[in-house]
Amino acid sequence: MSFIVNLALGLLFGVGLIVSGMADPAKVLNFLDVFGTWDPSLAFVMGGGVIVAFIGYRIVFGMKAPILGGKFQVPTRRDIDSKLLAGPALFGVGWGLGGFCPGPALTALGLGSTGILAFMPAMLIGMWAARMLSEGGAKLRPA
Amino acid sequence: MTEFTPIASLIGGALIGLSAVLLMAFEGRIAGISGIASRLLPPWSGEALGGRLGFVIGLVAAPFLWMAATGEGVMQTVSANVPLMAAAGLLVGFGSVWGSGCTSGHGICGLSRLSPRSAVAVGTFMATAFVTVLLTRHVIGG
Repeated sequence: MSFIVNLALGLLFGVGLIVSGMADPAKVLNFLDVFGTWDPSLAFVMGGGVIVAFIGYRIVFGMKAPILGGKFQVPTRRDIDSKLLAGPALFGVGWGLGGFCPGPALTALGLGSTGILAFMPAMLIGMWAARMLSEGGAKLRPA
Repeated sequence: MTEFTPIASLIGGALIGLSAVLLMAFEGRIAGISGIASRLLPPWSGEALGGRLGFVIGLVAAPFLWMAATGEGVMQTVSANVPLMAAAGLLVGFGSVWGSGCTSGHGICGLSRLSPRSAVAVGTFMATAFVTVLLTRHVIGG
């Protein structure tokens, strides 16, 4: 059941990325190019997403528990550490170079462009390396 | 040049937000793509693995659903510069996990929860992304 629900929500998320234009690296790079061929569209993607989530989350958090069981798992940390600055700083450089962040990169994978075939394995290696370095790996394995 | 598409972008953004809200309603989880994708890599903790796999398959399948449903292609202009794209991928993958989130987890989910950590993260990655494009398009590449 969880698989089917997640599959449907992944499709919805992916179609949202495509409709919004965010799945197109050219549009992302033009959004970031304020002093050149600026295309402010992606501000509207963020705006639409945040408005819906702001209202929707308030409704959902009024529920006792998630529909499929378990508990709401919401990040509770409020501290600002060096990882929270270094990580996004590196992420932003990569985003500005390729025009892909993880969601749009996944929607691009099946279309098989040369660029995504170079980007995707590197992204997965980067993710894996960051997890190994920050979690030490061992902590994740059940004792 | 790309066309300014405020309406389509607003609608697409709303669909992304709706997906995030429904994931919280059904599963109680944040729709952070870097978190979902990175936890599909080993070592596995076993928890919610099927769900995460489903979400990623949905994202990969989305353009095919879109093309089948609308008969339209999916517009993507991707650089074919392999070293550049590989470097970009490494930075995006490492940075998003190191910073506990990307455009979706910090951007959509975090900002809508008014998380101070997410506000710092979004401000930081927007700043370095703007500077990166400024340098590559107007200073180095010009």
